[in-house]
Amino acid sequence: MKLLAMSRNDILLFVGFVIFTLAGPIILEPFGAGYPDLLQKFAIFGIFALGFNILFGLTGYLSFGHAAFLGAGSYTAVWTFKLFSMNPIPAIILSTLIGGIFAAAIGFISLRRTGIYFSILTLAFAQMSYNLAYSVLTPITNGETGLQLAQSDPRVLDVALGRDYGAVLPSSDFFGLEMTGYPGFYFCAIFLIICFFIKIRIFRSPFGLMLRAVKSNQNRLNYTGVNSRPYDLSAFIISGMYAGLAGGLLAVTDPLAGAERMQWTASGEVVLMTILGGAGTLIGPVIGAGAIKYFENIFSAFNDTILMNAFSFLPEVLQSAAVSVTSLFVGEGWHLTLGALFMLIVIFLPGGLMEGFKRISAMIKKRMNGGSDGSASSNPTTSA
Amino acid sequence: MSKFKINRRTLLKGSAALGVGLATPTIFSSKAWAAGYTNEPKGSTVTFGFNVPQTGAYADEGADELRAYELAVEHINGGGDGGMLNTFSSKELKGNGINGKKVVFVTGDTQTKSDAARASAKRMIEKDGAIMITGGSSSGVAIAVQGLCQDAGVIFMAGLTHSNDTTGKDKRANGFRHFFNTEMTGAALGPVLKNAFGADRTAYHLTADYTWGWSQEGSIKKYTEQIGWKTAAAVRTPLGAGDFSQYITPVLNSGADVLVLNHYGRDMVNSLTQAVQFGLRDKQVNGKDFAIVVPLYSRLMAQGAGENVKGIFGSTNWHWSLQDEGSKAFVKSFGQKYGFPPSQAAHTTYCQALLYADACQRAGTFMPSGVGAALEGFKFDGLGNGPTEYRAEDHQCFKDVLVVKGKENPTSKYDVLEVVEVTPRSQVEYPASLLGGELGPYNNGSA
Repeated sequence: MKLLAMSRNDILLFVGFVIFTLAGPIILEPFGAGYPDLLQKFAIFGIFALGFNILFGLTGYLSFGHAAFLGAGSYTAVWTFKLFSMNPIPAIILSTLIGGIFAAAIGFISLRRTGIYFSILTLAFAQMSYNLAYSVLTPITNGETGLQLAQSDPRVLDVALGRDYGAVLPSSDFFGLEMTGYPGFYFCAIFLIICFFIKIRIFRSPFGLMLRAVKSNQNRLNYTGVNSRPYDLSAFIISGMYAGLAGGLLAVTDPLAGAERMQWTASGEVVLMTILGGAGTLIGPVIGAGAIKYFENIFSAFNDTILMNAFSFLPEVLQSAAVSVTSLFVGEGWHLTLGALFMLIVIFLPGGLMEGFKRISAMIKKRMNGGSDGSASSNPTTSA
Repeated sequence: MSKFKINRRTLLKGSAALGVGLATPTIFSSKAWAAGYTNEPKGSTVTFGFNVPQTGAYADEGADELRAYELAVEHINGGGDGGMLNTFSSKELKGNGINGKKVVFVTGDTQTKSDAARASAKRMIEKDGAIMITGGSSSGVAIAVQGLCQDAGVIFMAGLTHSNDTTGKDKRANGFRHFFNTEMTGAALGPVLKNAFGADRTAYHLTADYTWGWSQEGSIKKYTEQIGWKTAAAVRTPLGAGDFSQYITPVLNSGADVLVLNHYGRDMVNSLTQAVQFGLRDKQVNGKDFAIVVPLYSRLMAQGAGENVKGIFGSTNWHWSLQDEGSKAFVKSFGQKYGFPPSQAAHTTYCQALLYADACQRAGTFMPSGVGAALEGFKFDGLGNGPTEYRAEDHQCFKDVLVVKGKENPTSKYDVLEVVEVTPRSQVEYPASLLGGELGPYNNGSA
C-alpha cells in the first residue's frame, strides 16, 4: 500500500479530478464545449501541460522546445498504425518511448546550460526538428501535407491476426471500440488520470523535493556535493515522455501527423498553458490547457451573424456598434483576447488561475469566519 | 498527515464514483447514434459548415470564399436576385431551401493548417451538426479535411484546391471538386507557352513546399518538357515564407531564361514582386528576354502584385470578365452585395454550394451516398464555365480551362487579367487512372 500513501488533501484532489474528468461531457456541455473533439483536446493537451509542469514547475527549467516531443510522438504513432496495427496500445507505448528517447538526446545537450541559454537551446532543437519534418525528412513525414494513413499500408500485425479493413480507410480502434467521439475521449481521459496520479506521486516524492531544490538554488545544491544533472535529466525525460504520449494520443483520436505540431508556436502554447493555469501547481496546467483550447475552438468560431443575434436586444445602431467592437476580439481575433487575458493574469495573478481560485476561497473562508480578524486579509497572497 | 488506506467504506465510495463516471458515455452515445446518418437534419433547417482560412497566407481567398458562401445560402433560401440559380441548367432548386428545409451555416478558421482545419471541421460536425463541409484554400488542408469527412460520414465539397492529389492519389468517395487541377493547367498552358516563348527555353521552378506545389511543379515540368523546354532546377520554398530574395538570387546564374512560380496567394504576390524588383524581367539570357510564368492565377493575387503582373501568363478556373449569362449574373449579384467583383475562389465555392444543394434536392435526401449518386456523372451548364461534367470515376469536374495574361492597360483596379485562350475540355481531359488513388465506398456515418 506504500504506492498509494497519499495525504488526505491529495486524495480529495485526485478523486475530485477523476470525477471532473469522467463527467467532463456533462459539466462542459453548458459552455458549448461538450463535444468529443474538444474534450479529447482538453485531455490530450492536459497531459502535455502536466508533463511540461514536471520540468518547469519543479526544476524551473523553461523549455521552449516541448512541441518537438509532441510531434515525434504523433509521427511515431501514425507510423505504428501504418506498419503494425490500428490498435492504439502499441502506438501509445512506442510514441511515449520515442518521446523519452528524443528528450534524453536533447536534454543531455541542453541541460549543460541553465536559464535563458537552456531555453534558447531547446527552442533551437525544436525548430530544427520542425524544419527536418517539414522539408528534409519528407519521405518519413510527408512534409506540409502531413503523414496520413492509406488503404495500402502493410499493417503486419493486423494482417497476421487476420484483420481485414476492406475497402475503407481504417480508423484506430481499441479491440473493436473506435477511438473517435466519446470512446476516444474516455480513452484519453484514462491516460490523463493515470498521468495526474503519477504527477502527484512525483510532486510528493523525495525525487520531487530534489527537483524543487534545483529550482530554488542549484548552486547551493552543487556546493553541498549533490550532482543535480541526473535529476534534471530525469525530469526532462519524464516530461518528454508525457509529451510523446500526448502526441501519440493526438494521432490515436485523429490519425494524422503534421509538421506544424512541432513549430515553436506549439512549444510556446504549452508554456502559456502552464503559466496561465499556474506553474508548479498540481492541477493548474490542465486548467490552462483547457482554457487555451476553449478559446481556440469556441471563440474563433464566433462570426458576425452569431454576434448580431447575441446583441439583438440592443437598438440597431448600438447593435452594429457592439458587434463591430466585439468582433475584434472573437473570430479571427481570438488571439487578441487570449493575449489580453494572459497579460492580466501575469500582472495580477502571477500564480495563474490557481492563485485566483486560492484567493477566492480564502476570501470566502474569511467571510465565513466573520471577517473580524484584520490580519488574515494579507495572508492569502503570500501563500501563493 | 493521514495515510491512504482502503477500507470498506472508501472502496464503496470510490466504486460508486467510478460507476457514475463510466455510465456517462452511454448517456451520450445513445443520443448521438439515433440518426439514420451523420447529422441527419430533423428540424426545419439544414446546416452547412464553411471551413475557410481566415488567417495565414490564404486569408484573402478565404474571406472571398466566405462572401460567396453567404451569397449562395441567400440565393438557395430565396433571397437576393437568385444569382446563378437563374442561369443554372438544373431547375430543381425553387428558392425555398433544400428539401423544404432552410439553409443555415456555421463557419470555422482553418488557419491554413491541417491540424487546425480538422479541429474546426470536427467542431462543425460534432457540435454544430453540419451536414456538409466545404471550403479550404490550400490543397494540404483540403486533403486533410476530405479524409476527415470520409471518416465522419459527411460530404466534403472542396473549395480552392488545385493539386492533382485531391481527386487523384488522395481522392475519397465523400469528396467532390469543382476547381480544376495542375494536370489541366499544364495541358492548357503548354501550347500557349510554346507560341509565346518558343520551344527552346530553360525553366527554373520555385515551388511552394507542399502537396499542391509538388503537383504543379510535376505537371508544368511534364508539359513544358513535352514542347522541348529544359528544366534547370526546381527549388522548394516553405509555405508563407514572406521573403523570397534568397531563392531568387540564384536564378540569374542558373542559365535559365524562364522562372516558373509555383506559388499562390500572398506567397505569389511576394515572390513575383521580388522577382520583378530584382530586375529579372529586364534581363536577357541566352539571347532571349527573361520570362516569368505563374501557372495558377487569381484576380486577388494579380491585384496584390499590381504593376508586376503585366504580360505574365497563367491559368485560372474562372474570371469575372467572362461574358456568358451565368458569369454575368454571378458578378452582378456579388457586386451588388459587396461592391466589387468576385474572385475565382468565390466562384468555385459558390458553385460548390449550389451544386450540393441541387444534388440534395434531386436526390430528395441529405444522405451522403444518395447525394453522391446525384452528383456522379452530373452534366450541367450555366455556372460560368460552359458545359461541365462531374466525372463519376474521380469526382472531378471537367470543363474548359482559361489561359490568362496580366493586362497591359488595365481600365480599373479589378481589370487586371485578360483571357488569352479558352482551352476546350477535350484537350485537358485525362483518364481517371492516370493519377491513381481509389474512391472507396461512400460513408454515411453512424446510423
